[in-house]
Amino acid sequence: MSYSDGQIWLMIVIMGVGTYLIRFSFLGLIGNRKMPEWALRHLRYTPVAVLPGLVAPLVLAKDASGQMDPILILAAIATGTVGWWRKGMFPGIIAGIATFLILNALF
Amino acid sequence: MPSTISKSAFVSGFWAGLPFIAVGVPFSLFFGIIATEAGLSVAQAMGFTIVVIAGASQFTAVQLMIEAVPVWSVLAAALAVNLRMAMYSASLQPHIGAAPLWQRMLCAYINFDASYAISMARYEQDPPMSVSEKVGYFLGSVSLMTPLWFLGTYFGAVFGESFLGSFDVTFAMPILFLALVAPMVKTLAHLAAAVTSVVATLALSFMPSGTGLLVAALLAMIVGAEIERRRGR
Repeated sequence: MSYSDGQIWLMIVIMGVGTYLIRFSFLGLIGNRKMPEWALRHLRYTPVAVLPGLVAPLVLAKDASGQMDPILILAAIATGTVGWWRKGMFPGIIAGIATFLILNALF
Repeated sequence: MPSTISKSAFVSGFWAGLPFIAVGVPFSLFFGIIATEAGLSVAQAMGFTIVVIAGASQFTAVQLMIEAVPVWSVLAAALAVNLRMAMYSASLQPHIGAAPLWQRMLCAYINFDASYAISMARYEQDPPMSVSEKVGYFLGSVSLMTPLWFLGTYFGAVFGESFLGSFDVTFAMPILFLALVAPMVKTLAHLAAAVTSVVATLALSFMPSGTGLLVAALLAMIVGAEIERRRGR
């Protein structure tokens, strides 16, 4: 490691404080006040705007030989479809993991 | 102002969070392993895990430290990876913003992907929850994962690779998050936002650490909100 112990601890503390301030930001500053309607309208879409983008690169990741994993992609599609259809987390998880394990056992 | 945290909601959150343990624990073991292999001490690995408590940015920081880049660029990259949590903070505000300051400070410490996704999935369902129930659910959702995350890093750092063996559950992570987000897609506006998020993140994958996702998420929020404004909810 090309950093001194002091530098490493400095990075840990700055990253920790910075990350905490990011997480606390709106919860802390706005508190109980009501945000304007246009802001709330955008914020209603935060989960569906962040989480699919967060997982898409994981699903479509290439392995060492440059190949995507078609079984993982099918498992992700099964999760999304069943989760949306059954309106719950567990049906989606079961569908996705079952698809992944069964197809990997078959092929 | 509600000052007590709903215990029954905490318990419901606890159960909803259990599947995420299966992914969180190996992830934390792995962090402990690569952090010490990169040359960090056990105390420093634990420092990252307890003080920063954000998996993706911890991996980013260690990876860049292996590459020996300047301190400021390690910090910039790692913090950029965490900027999405400002969106989580804003998105949680209408739900738990009315809670007492100490509760909001506690929630902020554990405001990460899993707690946010698990809780929002519940907040958007019926029956509606009170503020103290929402806080309880949020804290409950990662009440087991957080100490296991610390413990996993410790075991990974102390025992190294021998601990992990051939146990690979990385495939489960996207599946867990997709399973949470799929039921949230209730309208055309949600669907359009989700599709925008995926397409734009992939198109912007050339952007440095996490910033492409931020731009993609903002675009997706605008698409969702604009469709809602034109069509009504």
